[in-house]
Amino acid sequence: MSEQTQTTSLRGLWASLKRNPMAVAGLFMVLFTVLLALFAPLLAPYNPKESVRVTVDDIYAAPSSAHWLGTDDAGKDVFSNLIYGTRVSLTVGFFAAFISLAIGGTIGLVAGFVGGRVENLLMRFTDVILVIPDLPLIMVLVALTKPSLVNIIIVIGILGWTGTARLVRSQTLSVKERKFVLRARSIGAGNFYLIRRHIFPSVFPLMMVNTVLVISLAILEESSLAFIGLGDPTTLSWGQMLNFAFTRGGMSSGAWWALISPGFAIVWVVLGLTLLGQGLEQVFNPRLEWHHLSKAKRMVRRIITRSVESDKEEAS
Amino acid sequence: MRGYRYLLNKIAWACLTVLFVIVLNFFLFRILPGDPARAGIRDPRMTVQAQEAIRVRFGLDKPVINCFESLNPLRLGKCGVNPLDTQFFIYIRNLFRGELGFSYHTNRPVVDMIGERLWNTILLTGPAQILSIVLGMGLGLLAAWKAHTAIDYASLIGSLVAWSVPTFWLGILLLFWGSSKLGLPIGGKMTAGATYASTAEQWLDVLRHMLLPTITFTIVYMGEYMLYMRSAVLEVLAEDYTLTAKAKGLKTSRILRVHALPNALLPMVTIIALNLGFIVSGAIFIETVFSWPGLGLAVYEALNRRDYPMLQGLFLLLALSVVLANLVAELLYSVLDPRIKTG
Amino acid sequence: MSRVDGAPLLLDVRDLSIDFSTHDQGAMHAVENVSFMLREGEVLGVVGESGCGKTTAMLGILRLLPVTGRIVSGEILFGGRDLLALSESEMADVRWKDIAMIFQGAMNALNPVHRVGDQIAEAYVQHASKADRASADERVCRLLDMVGISRNRKNQYPHQYSGGMRQRAMIAMALACTPQVVIADEPTTALDVMVQAQILELLKSLCDSIGVAIIVVTHDLGVVAEVCDSVLVMYGGIAAEYADVDTLFNAAQHPYTRLLLDAFPDLTRPKDRLTSIPGYPPRLNALPPGCRFAPRCPAAFDRCHVEQPGLSQLGRFHSASCFLVEPK
Repeated sequence: MSEQTQTTSLRGLWASLKRNPMAVAGLFMVLFTVLLALFAPLLAPYNPKESVRVTVDDIYAAPSSAHWLGTDDAGKDVFSNLIYGTRVSLTVGFFAAFISLAIGGTIGLVAGFVGGRVENLLMRFTDVILVIPDLPLIMVLVALTKPSLVNIIIVIGILGWTGTARLVRSQTLSVKERKFVLRARSIGAGNFYLIRRHIFPSVFPLMMVNTVLVISLAILEESSLAFIGLGDPTTLSWGQMLNFAFTRGGMSSGAWWALISPGFAIVWVVLGLTLLGQGLEQVFNPRLEWHHLSKAKRMVRRIITRSVESDKEEAS
Repeated sequence: MRGYRYLLNKIAWACLTVLFVIVLNFFLFRILPGDPARAGIRDPRMTVQAQEAIRVRFGLDKPVINCFESLNPLRLGKCGVNPLDTQFFIYIRNLFRGELGFSYHTNRPVVDMIGERLWNTILLTGPAQILSIVLGMGLGLLAAWKAHTAIDYASLIGSLVAWSVPTFWLGILLLFWGSSKLGLPIGGKMTAGATYASTAEQWLDVLRHMLLPTITFTIVYMGEYMLYMRSAVLEVLAEDYTLTAKAKGLKTSRILRVHALPNALLPMVTIIALNLGFIVSGAIFIETVFSWPGLGLAVYEALNRRDYPMLQGLFLLLALSVVLANLVAELLYSVLDPRIKTG
Repeated sequence: MSRVDGAPLLLDVRDLSIDFSTHDQGAMHAVENVSFMLREGEVLGVVGESGCGKTTAMLGILRLLPVTGRIVSGEILFGGRDLLALSESEMADVRWKDIAMIFQGAMNALNPVHRVGDQIAEAYVQHASKADRASADERVCRLLDMVGISRNRKNQYPHQYSGGMRQRAMIAMALACTPQVVIADEPTTALDVMVQAQILELLKSLCDSIGVAIIVVTHDLGVVAEVCDSVLVMYGGIAAEYADVDTLFNAAQHPYTRLLLDAFPDLTRPKDRLTSIPGYPPRLNALPPGCRFAPRCPAAFDRCHVEQPGLSQLGRFHSASCFLVEPK
C-alpha cells in the first residue's frame, strides 16, 4: 500500500496539494483576493476615499450600470468599497496572525522545550487567557485606546495565540522525546542547535496549517468587532460596511446589495483560507483515506486490473 | 491519576481562576478613562453637588484600593486608609452578598437586570444548541461513514461554508429574507404592544420571533460540530477494534452505534462543554441583529451606553460560565472515559 | 507422517491472488497464486518476512481486506462453498461462527470503552440462535476459564488487562462461537518471552482439547517448530514452499527456506556466526521479472532472473516454487 510521498520541497508540496480539489479551490480563492488587494486601484471603478457630492437619490441606490453593486449609506460605490476592503481584511488578518503566532509559538516552544515548572506555569497562563471572554475584554481595551486599525490588530493578536501555543508545545514535546534528540544531546548538541535542526522542522509544517487558521479567525474577529461598533470607522473593512448598512437604515431601505455583498466577501476569504488549511493539513498530517467500513468504489482511484498487458509491461 | 485527586485538582484550579477573574474584573473597569460618574451622566447642566451626590451613591468617592505603602509590613497603618472602606473591598463584599452594583443607565440593580435577560438567552440558545448538536453530530457520523463519497463531500462543503460565515451576517441574511419574503417579524421577542387571548397565543408569537435567530444559531454551530464529529469518527473507524467488530460479523449499524459512537463521543463531549461556556459571547451578535432581549443584547447596549457596572457584571458572568463549562467538561470526560474512571 | 494425515479437509485455498491499488504507483500484487489446505485439528504455520503478504492472504480469506484491496482470482473452499462467491451478508454469517481471527497487536483490537466480558458476549450473541443474558454470561465465564483468565475480570476494561491477558482475551473471544478455524496473526509478537510460551501452550492445548484448526501467521520459525503440523513459507506474495513441519525442518528444498533455517540460531552450535539473508524483500509494485527471490538467491542462475518458476509438487504434501527442484 502506498504512503504519501514526503513533501520536503515546495514542488513536492504542490504536487500533493494538487490532488485535493478543495485545497486547490481554496488556494485560488486566496490568491484571487490577494490580487484584488494588490491591484485595487486598477480594478475598482471608484476611489472610496474621494469625496462625492451626493443627492438623496444616490444613497442606497440599487445596482445599476454605474454602480454594479449599488451605493451605500453615504452614496459611495459598494463594489469599489468591497475591492478596497480586501486590503483592510488581509492586512488585519496577516498582522494580527503574525502577532498571535509569534507569541503563541514562543510560549509553546519554551514550554515544551524547557518543561517542568516553567511549562506548568506557561500552560496555566494559557488556560487563564482562554477563560477570559474575548469580547468584553476587547471592548474594554478598545474603549481604553482609540479604535484605530493598529490597535484592533494588536488586540486581536494578543488574544488569539492560545491555540498556537498548545499546538507548538505538544509538537515540541513529542519531538523532544524522540531518541535522536537524546542522542544528539549526548554528543553535546546545544539547545539552539536542537531547536533549529530538529524541533523547528517538525513544528514548522503544523504551524503553517495553524497560520492559515489563525488568519481566517482574525479576519472573522475583525469583522465581528467592526459590526458591533468597535471597529475603526475611518477604514472601511467589510465588517464596518456591514455595521453602517445595518445601523444606518439599510434594512428598512431594502438595500440588500449593501447588506449581502460585504458578508459574501468575508465568506469568500475565510472559506478560501479554511479550504487551503484543510488541504495543507492533509498533506502534513495525512490521514488514511479509507476506514474499515468504507465501501465506496470511488475511493479507489485507479484500479489497474491484472491483465496480460500489464504483466508484459512489467517484464519489459 | 486516582479519581478523587484528579477531581480535586481540577476544582482547585477552577476556584483559583475564578478568583483571578474577580480581581481582574474589578481593575479592568477601573482603568477606563474618564470619571465613571461623568460617563454615566448625560446632563451637562447638572450641578457639581448633584454630580458629587451621584458619586457617593455609586461609592466612587471612596479610595479604590488600600494604598501600596501599607503593603510594606514595616510601615503598617501609615497610610491612614481603612482597608475595609475601599472600593475593592466593597466590591468583594457585595459579591458575597450577591450584589453587582447599580446600572448607570437604569439605576436598577445589575443583578435584577441580568436575571431578566438570562432566561431569554437560555430560551434562544438552548433549543438551538440541542438542535445543532444532534444534527451536527448525526451529519458528522454519516459523512465519516460514507467518507469520500458524494454525501461526504456535500456535507463537508456545507459545514465548511457554515463555519466560514460570520454569525451576524447569516442573521442579517435570514432576517432580510425572512421578513421581506415570509413576513416573519423583524426583531424582538414579542410583537410590541400586542395583547394575547391566551398564553398559547403568546407563546406562538414568541416562537415566530424565535424562529429565525434559532435557525441562524443552529446553522453556525452545526457546521462546527459536524466537522469535529466527522474527524473523530474517521479516526475511530480506522482503529483496530472496528476491524475486530467487522470480523465478528456484526451489522454495520451495530458497529456504528455500539463501537464507533461511544468512542467518538469522548472528544465531542469536551468540545460541546467548552462551546457552551462561550455561548453568551456567541449570542451577542445574534441578539443584536434580531433585537432579542437577552444577555448578548445587554452587552451590546451596555457597551454603547458606557454602562460600566452592567458591563462589569456581565463580564463576570461570562467569565464564570467559561470556567464552569471547562470544569464540567473535565469532569464529564473523566466520568465517560473508562481509562480515567478506573485509573 | 503428520498426526492429522487422515483428517477431513476444512479449508482449501486455491490460487488466491490479491492486488492493492494505489494512487500513483500502480497495482501492488500482494498475493499471487497462493494455495494451501487446512484439515480438521491441524495447525498450519504461515511464515515469512514482513510484507510478504501473509496477513493480506488471511484477511482475504475472511474478506476483510481494506477498500484498496481486491481479490483478483482464486477459490476459497470451505464447507463445500466458495467463500469468494458469497454475498456480504452470507459472509457475515461465516465470520466468527465458522472462521475466527485474532489480529496482530491485540492491544488495540479490543474496544477501550466496553468491558471485556461484554465484547466477548457480543460475539457469542451475534451468532447464537437463542442466547439470553444468562447463557451468554455463562459462556463468557467458561471461555475465560478456558484461556486462564479469572472470571471476576470479565467486568473489567481492556486497559486493565496486561498485554498477555489481552491476547488471551482475544483468543477467548475468537472461540466464543466454537469456530472450526481460528486464524492467529502474529499471536506472540510484542509479548515477552515468558508470555509467548504461555500463549503457545494455550493454543496447543486448545487445539488438542476442542479440536479447532489453527492457522498461525508468524515470522518466527521457533513458533512454527513448537506448534505447527504443516508450514507455508511465503516470500514476496508467492508460496515459496509448503510442507509438513518435519519435512520443512529436515529437508527444505527452496533456497529461501534453507536460508531462513540457517538464520535461525542453533543452541547446539553456539560458536557459529549468525547468518542473515542479504538484501531486502521486493517492493510489491516493483517486482523483479522472473523469480521473486532471484535477486537475493545464492543459487540463482540465468533462467531465474527471466522466468517465474511455477509450483512443483515434490511429494504428497510438499511443494516448492523453484527451478532447482522442477522436474526436468
